[in-house]
Amino acid sequence: MRVVVQQEPFDYGAEAAGFADGRHDMGAVVTFTGVVRDVAGGLSTMEIEHYPGMTERALEKIAQEAVDRWSLGDVLVIHRFGPMGPGEKIMMVATAARHRKDAFEAAEYLMDYLKSRAPFWKKEHAGGDASWVAARDEDEDALTRW
Amino acid sequence: MDVLYFAWVRERIGQPKERIETTATTVAELVQELRAREDRYAAAFADLSALRVAVDQDLTDFDASITGAREVAFFPPMTGG
Repeated sequence: MRVVVQQEPFDYGAEAAGFADGRHDMGAVVTFTGVVRDVAGGLSTMEIEHYPGMTERALEKIAQEAVDRWSLGDVLVIHRFGPMGPGEKIMMVATAARHRKDAFEAAEYLMDYLKSRAPFWKKEHAGGDASWVAARDEDEDALTRW
Repeated sequence: MDVLYFAWVRERIGQPKERIETTATTVAELVQELRAREDRYAAAFADLSALRVAVDQDLTDFDASITGAREVAFFPPMTGG
């Protein structure tokens, strides 16, 4: 299990290739990548604020819960903070399991919890205006399925 | 104890962190004290349903005890991922 919180970009290709590499007992690897999206057009920067210390703890707790709940060989969570532009990768999760069901479900669980239980806040800068992204009810509701 | 603010709560209050001496025993009591300080606090804490709280870096609720806590943080609902 590896949890990384960092400002600098990460190398998705290298991370995906290296994840669970050599684990011959793992038949399934699922990766998810979150990308800065320009919804309305005109987004210049997405700024992500975090809570140093608590963010790492919260992500480690969520990852550990996934490990306890599904049969996983490995878990990776990388999440960036700071300013980033449209198209940049914000975060990724990867799960490895013997079978795909565990890998898929655990990746979805990680994403659902990470969205509304890990202390990150997004602020969008567009055309001189800046606004905090509001949390969506659907994201909170998504937790009830687990 | 240290009181931390994040995202628009930090902007509304105008600082990320401050040291507070308090006799409050719960988060709710601390909020009452802060609200009474100045308008900017009253504005930030006007609607508690729009806020989340962590005590010593664990997410909790407004009824939680802060006795012996080192750090209390207030912030809006999180938007990671």
